[in-house]
Amino acid sequence: MYKYDEIDQTLVDERVAQYRDQTKRYLAGELSDEEFRPLRLQNGLYIQRHAPMLRIAVPYGMLSSKQLHKLADIASQYDKAYGHFSTRQNMQLNWPLLEDVPDILAELAKVEMHAIQTSGNCIRNITTDQFAGVAPDEVVDPRAMAEVMRQWSTFHPEFALLPRKFKIAVSGTKQDRAIVQAHDIGMEFYLDAQQQLAIKVWVGGGLGRTPILGTVIREHLEWQHALTYCEAIVRVYNLHGRRDNAYKARIKILVKALGLDEFKRQVEEEWAHLKDAPNTITERELARVAQHFEPMPYEALAQHDASYDAAIASNPAFAAWAKRSLHAHKMPGYRAVTLSLKTHGQAPGDATSEQMHTVADLAAQYSFGELRVSHEQNLILADVKLSDAFALWEKARAQGLASPNIGLLTDIICCPGGDFCSLANAKSIPIAQAIQMQFDNLDYLHDIGELELNISGCMNACGHHHIGHIGILGIDKDGSEWYQVTLGGSQGNQASIGTVIGPSFSAEEMPQVVEKLISVYLTERNGEERFIDTVRRLGIAPFKAHVYADKNAAKAEGIA
Amino acid sequence: MSHLITLQADVAKITEDAWQFVALPPSQQEVRKQAGKVVLFKLTGEQTVTPEQIAGTLIPANGKVLVPLTVFIARKTQLQARLDQKEVGVWLDTHESLTDLNQAQADLNALPIIAVHVERFADGRIFSLGSLLRSRYGFKNELRAVGDVLRDQLFFLKRSGFNSFAMRTDRSAAEAIASLNDFSRPYQGAVDEARPAFRRYNR
Repeated sequence: MYKYDEIDQTLVDERVAQYRDQTKRYLAGELSDEEFRPLRLQNGLYIQRHAPMLRIAVPYGMLSSKQLHKLADIASQYDKAYGHFSTRQNMQLNWPLLEDVPDILAELAKVEMHAIQTSGNCIRNITTDQFAGVAPDEVVDPRAMAEVMRQWSTFHPEFALLPRKFKIAVSGTKQDRAIVQAHDIGMEFYLDAQQQLAIKVWVGGGLGRTPILGTVIREHLEWQHALTYCEAIVRVYNLHGRRDNAYKARIKILVKALGLDEFKRQVEEEWAHLKDAPNTITERELARVAQHFEPMPYEALAQHDASYDAAIASNPAFAAWAKRSLHAHKMPGYRAVTLSLKTHGQAPGDATSEQMHTVADLAAQYSFGELRVSHEQNLILADVKLSDAFALWEKARAQGLASPNIGLLTDIICCPGGDFCSLANAKSIPIAQAIQMQFDNLDYLHDIGELELNISGCMNACGHHHIGHIGILGIDKDGSEWYQVTLGGSQGNQASIGTVIGPSFSAEEMPQVVEKLISVYLTERNGEERFIDTVRRLGIAPFKAHVYADKNAAKAEGIA
Repeated sequence: MSHLITLQADVAKITEDAWQFVALPPSQQEVRKQAGKVVLFKLTGEQTVTPEQIAGTLIPANGKVLVPLTVFIARKTQLQARLDQKEVGVWLDTHESLTDLNQAQADLNALPIIAVHVERFADGRIFSLGSLLRSRYGFKNELRAVGDVLRDQLFFLKRSGFNSFAMRTDRSAAEAIASLNDFSRPYQGAVDEARPAFRRYNR
């Protein structure tokens, strides 16, 4: 992974000093709340329900063992000994003290980490596929370009105060796992007809209050121009995006208001001036960064491993876990392994300091000392030998990191919700926990198969509810918490936004609602058909009919 | 004590302000929407300046004056003699158009100063306007940030081409100077240093 040179380290150190001074001035009353707000937000610090929340950047989800140990230590020393991994592949602390944040940043800087631009109206952490560099279907490893873009976007002076947050995702696989279509800018890397690295640029996607999938603004962009082309897009947005209404300030609203053709015309006009400017990426710079993402020193292994096959045959619990948690790897004899942060009854994405230390040790022992955070809020060891899988499983299981539910209904994506977040309309974690307990029977869970259930506590959609096969959105009705259900959302190449099935439900009803949706699927599915495919084939009508049957019957009786 | 910071050959100093800032009088009539720019209005939500305001703007008879863009455009003939004497500068709001400025004044470098007025410090359009004035329009003279100008935006303003900062008067300009150098080796190319780190250093 990328290692800082003196320039990177100086910048992060200067950031610590700058933020320390800003905090000091705020505490001394020299900065008003309003003036301090964008400063602390661009450093990931929210003022929350109980305490501030600090979001620490994990660039494109990559962490070293050393860094994860440090995060665990920070969580122990400055928080309640746990952290929350977010859908932007970052880590959040829920209970730090505002006064301690400069010291936390200084600790982070020691392991080449920071909290720069993890919130606020600026270019946020750039996200990508958690299997980057190891996925067999990968055409281009997007991490070097993600790092080049991270550096470009860090303290970009022109884009320091945008109308609203700005999210960029990059992907280099046939099967999109970075949801590029749900980002302000999505960059899909591919090799063009000349076998040159090129980029398909998507713009104007985003979830939140107005979910919209992005559209392609450029089919083919040579990689050298990635930064200047983004500058053209963000400049048009910076100048013309709405600033009078935060709910209409994302670039997607501008693209819709102008129309893609007019927006594209303006971007291309800007780009005509910016193209070939010094921010054009050089071969040398890409090569310099790319050397940090060279393939690991893999051993030459056979496709199969006898000890692994034997363990699968003799141990059903291990087999069930391996089936869900091991993912194909470009090298024979290796697998990427997902460690589940979705143990039933726990807050999705949460890890204790002890668990973080364990994962850091496991990564050091079995996966070249590196790991990744996925946007599904799990941790991934990307380079595990098949022959090590059983030992890894035993150790992970002892720490509650081996729930065999990856990609299944209880692998729920969930924001912190009303328990922590001051933006939330409703709690989300207890809903996730109740659903996990409802579907605690493993055989049943595996029978249901692949299913993505995403929960957001408000329409800001941190839990990506719009693109869940089942999406749950917390809403506020007359001061009480209700939940709206959508069906048919999806990430990936066939990304889609879910459809609301009808009136919302109380928290208590939610596990039964999900159970009813599943029962319709189990009755209607054809063979191996996945839940999402059944929904796509049948539409929402049969699901809706079953879920509301009792309510409608009750209503009918009431009238009679 | 002056609250104006100017950068001269990269050295920041507190200097006396030679320019008289000419404000528009408050609008007497209900604000109209930007006619003919429906989409832009909808996107930015700003109001337009009325003809009454432009006509009613009091320009001091002597000395250097920094006048609003709308007044400059409408009353340029009246100002021409003083413009020739380099005694007229123009300020614009963050929603106003550089194209309009350039149409009224083809040679921007005839203006000794252009100022961008930022109503709320969080309005980042000022950075794009500065960048465009320097890189697209080739403006070489004093470029000043006025309005809600605060210390923690100075570094970005400097990198966007500003070399003059009229700090909000309730804050110390002397202390703010330090923030012009918050970061010593920024990553990306911008107005003040066009080369990104990967072209400046042997990384």
